[in-house]
Amino acid sequence: MQFPDNLKYTKDHEWVRVEGNTGYIGITDFAQRELGDIVYVDITGDGETLAMEDTFGTVEAVKTVSDLYMPVSGTISEVNPELDGAPELINQDPYGKGWMIKVEMSDLSELDGLMDAAAYGELVAG
Amino acid sequence: MKSTALTHIHEQLGAKMAEFAGYNMPISYSGINDEHQTVRNAVGVFDVSHMGEFILKGEGAADLVQRVTSNDVYALSPGKAQYSCLPNNDGGIVDDLLVYHLEDGNYMLVVNASNMEKDWNWISQHNTGGVEMHNISDQTSLLAVQGPKAVEALQSLTDVNLSEIAYYTFTKHRFAGVDNVIISATGYTGAGGFELYFPKEHSEVIWNAVFEAGAAFGIKPIGLGARDTLRLEMGFCLYGNDIDDTTSPLEAGLGWITKLKAANNEFTNKAHFVQQRADGLKKKLVGFEMVDRGIPRHDYPIVDEAGNVIGKVTSGTQSPTLGKAIGMGYVDTAFAEPGSTVYIDIRQKPVQAVVVKLPFLQ
Repeated sequence: MQFPDNLKYTKDHEWVRVEGNTGYIGITDFAQRELGDIVYVDITGDGETLAMEDTFGTVEAVKTVSDLYMPVSGTISEVNPELDGAPELINQDPYGKGWMIKVEMSDLSELDGLMDAAAYGELVAG
Repeated sequence: MKSTALTHIHEQLGAKMAEFAGYNMPISYSGINDEHQTVRNAVGVFDVSHMGEFILKGEGAADLVQRVTSNDVYALSPGKAQYSCLPNNDGGIVDDLLVYHLEDGNYMLVVNASNMEKDWNWISQHNTGGVEMHNISDQTSLLAVQGPKAVEALQSLTDVNLSEIAYYTFTKHRFAGVDNVIISATGYTGAGGFELYFPKEHSEVIWNAVFEAGAAFGIKPIGLGARDTLRLEMGFCLYGNDIDDTTSPLEAGLGWITKLKAANNEFTNKAHFVQQRADGLKKKLVGFEMVDRGIPRHDYPIVDEAGNVIGKVTSGTQSPTLGKAIGMGYVDTAFAEPGSTVYIDIRQKPVQAVVVKLPFLQ
């Protein structure tokens, strides 16, 4: 399993890639493996301003459904348009083409509370 | 947690493992969709050695099986298998099972792992005629080799003409160099194929032989995840989901294994089911397809257009073959006809679905 060093991670298995005040958010390689084949993603919070740990949607896999949680507070400015037709991108490329939402972050200091790759790797190994 | 004789092989293959009925079982290997398509289009192998096997032997064996099961075992000749259930005294089901008539006065009952102890106690309690009972589950392995290419994939491993084994019949024969393997034309997928029962010390030999012989046919290992999507496409009940201690076999659509009219079939609680049949069923297990986007899951409420609860989802998934979300659930009889519109309450949101005829896969 891969956990790139340039990302921040949550205990709920989301990742954030920071570009200035913008955060790209998705689920980790571990999460997509646990879920198995993903059927679709339902983003309920598009355009909304949500707090850290709020639910921004759900991901439905063949076997199970899982809630998606905001790793940071902010406003969802974009939902990955490709996921609607190709949800398998999350399984195939969870950190790249499988990104889920783009968020304008309201408090960059929240990032300090998230895990780095090494800490997250330990979490899922343990 | 218990292991099957093949657990270490599943782990070596990189399977995603999880506890199921107290066993460390493979859930998936290459992915549920890929495994599902493998079984529908080619051939796949499930290690389902967690299943329980009981031998019932002796003069009164047939009478005991007849008394505890709802199907008519007197009509089952040696060499044949029968799907059946164990009714309880409260209108529900202790377990569903396969009954094999091995030879005169000798039956094998194949039960769900999660119910093994409950079934054993239930049958023992009814065994007033001194029938010899053996629980051979811990000594027995079971591989299900399923799919349209199962015959071709396995034929080189035995002298028996596999294409001549009719559905729900079996033979005991030498297979992959092992004597007395039960080769049964049964399964839980609707894709055709065999279930192989044998003493567990031969597990690795048989597993390896099956994969070697099947390589040319694209054979793959299949986990319990795809087992669930495959059985659901066929509308087969899963104990614990669609049927349980509280569900009536008649309401579950298992009237065909609840032989109320057969002569000399005085099984547990029969009078109750005769009455239920006469009174008419209040609810029925139906299949439905989602019209709007959403995947039904176990225990989601089923509601009508006005939002009144009319039932409950028992199983649901995205069907890999049909490419749409399907489910089963109990609904009030008024909504049980194919074509009826119902709504599945998915996280407090009613999502439209339509009742369809089972099986989903025609």
